[in-house]
This record gives sequence, C-alpha cells and structure tokens, in this order.
Amino acid sequence: MYEIVKKRKLSEHIILMDVYAPRTAKHCYPGQFVIVKTDEKGERIPLTICDYDRAAGTVTIVFQTVGASTKMMAEYEVGETFRDFAGPLGCKTELIDESIEELKKKRMLFIAGGVGTAPVYPQVKWLQEQGVSVDVIIGARNKELIILEEEMRRVAANVYITTDDGSYGRTGNVNDCLKALISEGKVYDHIVAIGPLIMMKFVCLLTKELGIKTIVSMNPIMVDGTGMCGACRLTVGGEIKFACVDGPEFDGHLVNFDEAMKRQQLYRTEEGRAVLRAKEGSTHHGGCGHCEG
Amino acid sequence: MAEILHRVPVREQDPKVRAHNFEEVCLGYHMEEAVLEAGRCLKCKNPQCVTGCPVNIDIPGFIREIQEENIEGAYQVISRFSALPAVCGRVCPQESQCEAKCIRGLKGDPVSIGKLERFVADYARDHAIRPAAPTEKKGKKVAVVGSGPAGLTCAGDLAKLGYDVTIFEALHEAGGVLVYGIPEFRLPKNTVVKSEIENVKALGVTIETNVIIGKSTTIDQLLKEEGFSAVFIGSGAGLPKFMGIPGENANGVFSANEFLTRNNLMKAFDETYDTPIFKGKKVAVVGGGNVAMDAARTALRLGAETYIVYRRSEEELPARVEEVHHAKEEGIIFKLLTNPTEILVDENGWVKGMTCIEMELGEPDASGRRRPVEKPGSEFTLEVDTVIMSLGTSPNPLITSTTEGLESNRHKCIVAEESTGQTSREGVFAGGDAVTGAATVILAMGAGRAAAKGIDEYLSAK
Repeated sequence: MYEIVKKRKLSEHIILMDVYAPRTAKHCYPGQFVIVKTDEKGERIPLTICDYDRAAGTVTIVFQTVGASTKMMAEYEVGETFRDFAGPLGCKTELIDESIEELKKKRMLFIAGGVGTAPVYPQVKWLQEQGVSVDVIIGARNKELIILEEEMRRVAANVYITTDDGSYGRTGNVNDCLKALISEGKVYDHIVAIGPLIMMKFVCLLTKELGIKTIVSMNPIMVDGTGMCGACRLTVGGEIKFACVDGPEFDGHLVNFDEAMKRQQLYRTEEGRAVLRAKEGSTHHGGCGHCEG
Repeated sequence: MAEILHRVPVREQDPKVRAHNFEEVCLGYHMEEAVLEAGRCLKCKNPQCVTGCPVNIDIPGFIREIQEENIEGAYQVISRFSALPAVCGRVCPQESQCEAKCIRGLKGDPVSIGKLERFVADYARDHAIRPAAPTEKKGKKVAVVGSGPAGLTCAGDLAKLGYDVTIFEALHEAGGVLVYGIPEFRLPKNTVVKSEIENVKALGVTIETNVIIGKSTTIDQLLKEEGFSAVFIGSGAGLPKFMGIPGENANGVFSANEFLTRNNLMKAFDETYDTPIFKGKKVAVVGGGNVAMDAARTALRLGAETYIVYRRSEEELPARVEEVHHAKEEGIIFKLLTNPTEILVDENGWVKGMTCIEMELGEPDASGRRRPVEKPGSEFTLEVDTVIMSLGTSPNPLITSTTEGLESNRHKCIVAEESTGQTSREGVFAGGDAVTGAATVILAMGAGRAAAKGIDEYLSAK
C-alpha cells in the first residue's frame, strides 16, 4: 500500500499528489513513469513522474481528472493509500546520460502543453541542479490550465506563458510562441516537447522545418508498462517501438503521430469511446484514464 | 474386464453452456471416481510415469494413498515434489509426460494421473490441508525474481530448506502467467491459483508486488545493498511478437498477451472491474499454440465469432490435444494451412478484414516439421474486426540489460546450466521461460526446483 502524503489542487481538474513509494523514489529519474492502481478493481493508470524526493521516499504525480478512474483517484485524501504504485518504468531522459559539458553547450528549450508541464518540470529541475539553465514555454487553453508556473520559474532561465485565448501571458499556441521567440532572436538547438499528441505533432512539424532536434514523450494506452502487452506500440522511423520500454521519449521527427492519434482514439476520444461502447456493450466503462477528450 | 482398460471419464461443462461463461470447463473427479480411477494403477516396481514428470513426483506413491482413501496422505506425497499441484493437475501436458509413459497406455487408456493430482489438490484446499512449514532457519536471504511457476517453485523449495525468501513481482498480483495468461475457465484464479500462492506464503515466503527488477532495483543492488546471498531469475518470457505485416498497428489488432491480460489479470469479463476490452464481433486469432487457444476461447466467451488462423495443418498444432478438442467443441472455426499477409484498415484506422493466403506443406524444416509454403494466387479476405496475434513470446531484456556480466543468447534468453540454474554471474541463478523461451508451466517448475537445489549447494559450500 502506498500512502498519499501531500495533495494539492493545481486547477479545477488537475491534482498533484506526493505518494510514499521509497523503492520508486530511490531509483527514478526524469523522463520515467509510474503505474498507479487505486484499488483491486481499478485500472492500471500510467503517469509520468513529476518530481521525487529520495530522502523522504516520495514520488510526485500530477493527473487530470478525465475518466472514472482518474476521478476516483482524485477522491483519495492525504493519509489514504493506493493499492498499487509500480515504477519507475520506461527509460530516463537521454539528457541524464550526457556529460555536463555537452549539456552546457546545448541551447535548450522545453515546450510544455497543459498537464504535460508536469513531466517537463523534473527535467528542467535536474538540469538546473547540474548548472544547466534552459528556457521553457508553458502553453494551455486558458489561464486556469497553466500549472506549476512558480515551480518552473524557480528552476528555468526564462519561462514564457502562452494561452490560446490570451487570458494569461502571450496569446496563441506554443508554436506561435516558439516562432515569436525565434524572431526575437532566440536560438535553440535542442527542444523537448511534452503535451497532447496534437501539440507534439505540430511542434515537430515546425521544428523539422527549423532544423531543431526535438524529443517528445509519448503516453499511449498501456496495460503492464513492462513490455508485455504491446498496446503502447508506435511506429518510430518505420520501426515498431513499445513506448513503455523503448521510450517514453523518442525523436519527435521520427514518430508517426497520425497513427498514434488513431490508436489513442481506441479509448481516448468521445468518438472512440462511442465506437467502443457500441462494439463492446457493457464491458466498456470509459474511465481508463486515457479518455482525455 | 474391458472397463479397466478405459479411464473413468471426467465430468465437464456442456460446450454449449460453457461457450458463454468463464466457469471452469473441467469439473474434476469426486471421491468415488478418483478411487475407481486410482484402482487402475498397476503400481509398477519401476514406474515409468515418474521419469516422464519434470519434477519426478512419486506418482504411484500418491495414487496408492488415493486407493486407500487417504487423500491427505496423497497430498503430503505430492507436496514433497510440487508446490502447485492444483495448477499442474489442470495445465500440465500429461498426455506427453507422465501419462505417455504409463504401462496401462500400451493397451487401453493410461491412468488419468493429471485428473487424480487435481483431485488431491482440490480436496486439500477444500479441507484446509497445507504443507508443513520448515522448523529450522538457515539465516540466509534469497531473492526470487518473478512469481510465476518457476519462481513459486524455487521459492517454495528454498523456504522448505530454511532460507528466507522474498519474491519480487512486477505486476500487482502474484502468479505470473498463471494469473495474466491462462484463462479462468482453465485455471480458476480466486480458488486454485490464490490458494496455491497462499501455500507458498505459508512456508514463510514473502511476496513483494509492484517491483520491477531492472527498474525499481537491480540484481546487483539486491546482492550488494539488500543483503541477499543469491538470486533466482524466473522472469518468464513476456514480450509479444508481431508478424510485421501491413496494418498491424491498426485499432483492433492486439497481442494475445494484451487481450488475455486485460481479461485474466484485469478481469475485463467481470463488469465490476474498470478494465476496458475490445470484444469484437468477428475475431481472428493468428497462431496455433495453447495461448492461441486461450485467446480464441476467451474471445468466443465474450461473444465473438472466432477463427484460429494457423499456417500449418492440424497435425502440427502446438497446442495440447485437449485444448484443441475443447476449442472445437465450443465452436471455434479452424482456418488451417492459412497465413495472413495483410490487415485491412478502414479510414479511421480500425480493422475491417484480413487478407490471407492458403498454404501447403513442403519439406521438413530445421524444427522437423514440414515447412508451410504459399499457394500462389490463393489469397482471400477474412472478414474480421479484430485480430489477435499469438505468435509466441520472448524473454524481457529488462534484467539482462541491467545486470553486467549476465550472459544471454541471441534469443535474449538467459544462459543457465540446466542441472543447477547457474548463470554466468556468481550467486545468480535462472530458470523457466527466461532461460528456455516460452514453454510449459511444469518445465518452468522443474527448472525452479533444479535451481533451488543449485542455490542450496552454492550457499552451503560458501
């Protein structure tokens, strides 16, 4: 059993929790993920690690309440326990294995979309701890959905906020912001983009044009998270890869996003859910944590 | 006299009924039937059945106890050799092991050893008879990676010898393939599997779930930081294979592992669980092994018209005869000598059919089986909305890639000595599918047992 030691609402539907999971806390790195299962009958919900405290034995997760399972997760309070918390899973971000000199030479930009800000944070924090400062764009539909801004400002060189509706920061999507930064004279040679698939797809189309290497973090449907089920398979550079063991981070210019988006629809979109309901009848309960809409 | 030549038939659920439920197919013997069947054993002086058993259970020994209606005694005999008799009585391929060597089989049916083993184990469970816990402790810790048949057997044997054993399991339930792979209707989880795992725990074994060795900690850390004197790796062969044909990433194409895991481990068939599963109306399962039969029979029970698509003929089907027989009884349609060449996908990315080609058998290949060759121009479309790939599995490289000096072969299988489980690393032993590639429950148990002996010898000499 894994106790919740801290809980904080980051926005109406986005929750942050620190969970006591000493094995995971001791061995995890930025870029990796965990699988959380609330109780015996709940789903295995994959969540990218947002932060960790090795000494305290805690791992921070951030999730958006979208389906029945994540809504149920959100009802857990400090002092209560999740039945299962497995991890760390997946590969740590490649930046961790590079030498500090190499990292310092890079001009890095992180692009965070919505709840994707959570997995960006530990990478920026880790880099700052190594003395490497990077820029961050945080984008969301509106001000309410901008999360972890203060935390990010503490660890990044510059944080640029942009909202689709202009309710906070710049107006426009992350690509508009990236283009603006470049026209303002900023130079980047390494981008990490984490957010909704559609955002990562369009960032990659733009950065390919701009010739800037771009890493993305994929969060497809998965069951076990250890390479067993193959549900998370993606086509990357024409080859089949499993996001859980080969990723979750990949070279964004090689990822077949259109296929990934179609696969995501299996449980994710309203149409996908409707198709499933029609095809599956009562065994589909929605609520798998992937139905982000 | 003719009676004695035939085994006592075992009661089964009617195929028409069971095609719609997940209850166990085989109902097993009751006492009277078991005693009658046990009476057929010739009590050979030199029992061949024992040599056919990978863990060398004293088969005439436990059958003699059944004849005397001492079922508890029969259970204690089996327990000396096997930690999982209720499982083995159900899923072992007895027809090619113990029963294949039974002298009765020369003229008539061999003794129904598997069904008798199952009877004894079920009786013990129903009467709360448990194996005796060890009294002496060795004061040494052994880590076991994986809680499938190999790991449970190795852990049980080591605990009986007095070692402090901790099993590390990556998933949220113990049991490995017994819980995620083999379906409820062949191996009930809550009754059979859980109680056998409880028996292993009763020997003093600790099971820690949600620990992924290679990620949550490593073999080296277990040995150097966590105080374990030896490690047994029984992590199985969990990585699914795909064919590499066009359309394989479409929605509605699943590995048998995913389909079965959702249904068995995550209990998608039970509406009180939150697990979604894609049932399909017409399902093609590609492959001919036991896992393919399990996937097909599961899809059928979820309500689909189900095909087995296999590139060789019935004779070469790797599945147990009993499983094929049950699948046919339940209405699975066999498309033999047929191989998929492409999965057809609609504009939204969903499966709408599968192009197949007919095959014929040519010369024997390296495996000794006649090689299937395509019949030119014989392509046809199978109209299905779901395809389940059941092409075998290979070991997960998570452990080999994070353990320096642990040798593996080109199939990613860990290299280990058969008689002791010793790997290329001192203090590290391995067995089961992680070493052999996908095989059977009982072979994994045999390897777990051999490794327990190997570990005991290693630690005793240290």
